[in-house]
Amino acid sequence: MENIIDVQNLKKEFKSYSSRQGLKGAFRDLFTRNYTIKTAVDDISFSIKRGEMVGYIGENGAGKSTSIKMLTGILTPTDGKIVVNGMNPHKEREKFVKTIGVVFGQRSQLWWDIAVQESFRLLKKIYNVPDQQYEEHMKDVIETLDIGPLLDKPVRKLSLGQRMRCELAAALIHNPPLLFLDEPTIGLDVLVKLKIREFLKRINEKYGTTILLTTHDLSDIEALCERVVMLDEGKIIYDGPLKELRENWAEGKQIQFQFSEKATLEELQNLTKDHLVVWEQGESDLIWIASVDSDETVISGVIGKVTAVKKIADLKILEISTEEIIRNIYVEGAVRHG
Amino acid sequence: MGKYIEMIRIRFLMMLAYRTNYYSGILIYSINIGAYYFLWSAIYGGKENIQGLSITQMTTYIAVAWMARAFYFNNIDREIAMEIKEGKVAIEMVRPYPYLNMKMMQGLGEGIFRLLFFSVPGMVIVALVFPVELSANAGTWIYFFISIGFSFIINTQINLLAGIATFFLFNNDGLIRAKRVVIDLFSGLILPLSFYPMWAQNIMSYLPFQGISYIPSMIFTEGFKGSQVFEALINQAVWSAILIIPVYVLWILAKRQLVVQGG
Ligand SMILES: Nc1ncnc2c1ncn2[C@@H]1O[C@H](COP(=O)(O)OP(=O)(O)OP(=O)(O)O)[C@@H](O)[C@H]1O
Ligand SMILES: [Mg+2]
Repeated sequence: MENIIDVQNLKKEFKSYSSRQGLKGAFRDLFTRNYTIKTAVDDISFSIKRGEMVGYIGENGAGKSTSIKMLTGILTPTDGKIVVNGMNPHKEREKFVKTIGVVFGQRSQLWWDIAVQESFRLLKKIYNVPDQQYEEHMKDVIETLDIGPLLDKPVRKLSLGQRMRCELAAALIHNPPLLFLDEPTIGLDVLVKLKIREFLKRINEKYGTTILLTTHDLSDIEALCERVVMLDEGKIIYDGPLKELRENWAEGKQIQFQFSEKATLEELQNLTKDHLVVWEQGESDLIWIASVDSDETVISGVIGKVTAVKKIADLKILEISTEEIIRNIYVEGAVRHG
Repeated sequence: MGKYIEMIRIRFLMMLAYRTNYYSGILIYSINIGAYYFLWSAIYGGKENIQGLSITQMTTYIAVAWMARAFYFNNIDREIAMEIKEGKVAIEMVRPYPYLNMKMMQGLGEGIFRLLFFSVPGMVIVALVFPVELSANAGTWIYFFISIGFSFIINTQINLLAGIATFFLFNNDGLIRAKRVVIDLFSGLILPLSFYPMWAQNIMSYLPFQGISYIPSMIFTEGFKGSQVFEALINQAVWSAILIIPVYVLWILAKRQLVVQGG
């Protein structure tokens, strides 16, 4: 399958100027100014195929938004090559932007003072969408996102979740084959998030829309993306299936015991001394958590030994959440490969 | 083309949403015109004419200059500056249209709104209260409308330049305010240019500002006659064309310099 996004050795440096101190400094600033260079995106390469949904993740300030701005032709790269939809985004800007849809969760692209449908109408004219195509496509979009009742309201009167659904619809008026979403679910409640996820899945299936999405909510990624690209300080530290990331990092399991009578650390350690177990007390002295390797014999061994001696009220086997995995990676700043 | 008309329509709708702001505007303009009328009456003090303008022509000049200002005046310099500072240009850059043309159209939507809801009723009020003289000559009206079309273009291009300067200066409130004063002063809004000393008139004849207010007002009051009208219109047309160059060059440099804040 063809690549819809192709990025090679992409780099973006920002110059930030600093002022010198005092009057003399201010005077010198008039002629030469001090600046420091911040590399926001540092020599990254990747490609995305048609129809993929890719999660672009990383800590605050990792360079996600900066990359998206370069991919959408807003910023000029300092160095490197970008081909998106077969074009150089910055060179052929007007032609290029007709082939993409963009949502920035942090800023609105609708006109603040006019009704949502007026914005849609203007965008329809701007993108030159034929009436018939607009009718068919937007009817579906409006229904799925459930924004029909909002259309005659001015944008400034909408709640964040209502507005975000309208933003998404606005980005899709010309039914672009490629969609960039920079934190589309920021600040939304669970129901709206679910609705947006379902919607994205649906357009991906129906139209084969390629989606590149940044978010800090990993459940978005889990629900939507098979592939993640992880960025740290401007560099790609992982690019591959989410599943693999989980498998390589979620090595252990946790078994949570709730005893009917008090238990002590020594007692438990003593019971399971044949296995490699780390015991930790839970919320009360009745609840204890054993962290073990994901190995059947170890898990059943520990459970067997403990339950043979002590009465239990409840037992849970916990998997380490993706959230925790990602947190561990951020802390270590690198990805172990399996 | 459709998108430009749609943009003018949308801007018109936005202005309509806030139309109450404009009722007070009509009042302010009328007070301004009234104040200048009494000032000039005192200055004329019985004299037939000064610098070739009679007191009636002078009153008409002031009235029409302010009413034309409602059409050519717009805030797109401030808007561009704000869009840059708040990082909203990002959204503009992912839209398939030339940003500056679209801004100009927004200015036009604003201008047409003010012309209809502000200048026309305002002019009626002023004509009832003060001794202004509206020409009965159809040609004068046609030349006048062509002329304020150019006024709009020249003033908007200067606004674009001031707005784009934000890319380089970042905070250019001062520049925008200074520009406003320069235009009000050098365009002949406050004082017809023929009242300035000769050396100042010489300098101003090499600047685009007279095309903004002095020329259309002189055409309307029939202070320009015969070939003077055509020379004046050609002057405006030439400036409209010349100003495209700095706007274009500055915009290319600005895009290269573009840094989007936030997000
Ligand atoms: N206009 C700018 N001038 C200077 N530095 C900038 C500018 N924009 C971004 N940066 C820097 O580049 C780095 C990457 O920023 P970017 O906005 O891409 O991060 P991000 O991954 O989107 O973070 P977040 O998750 O917080 O949105 C940051 O360190 C930021 O300070
Ligand atoms: Mg960001």
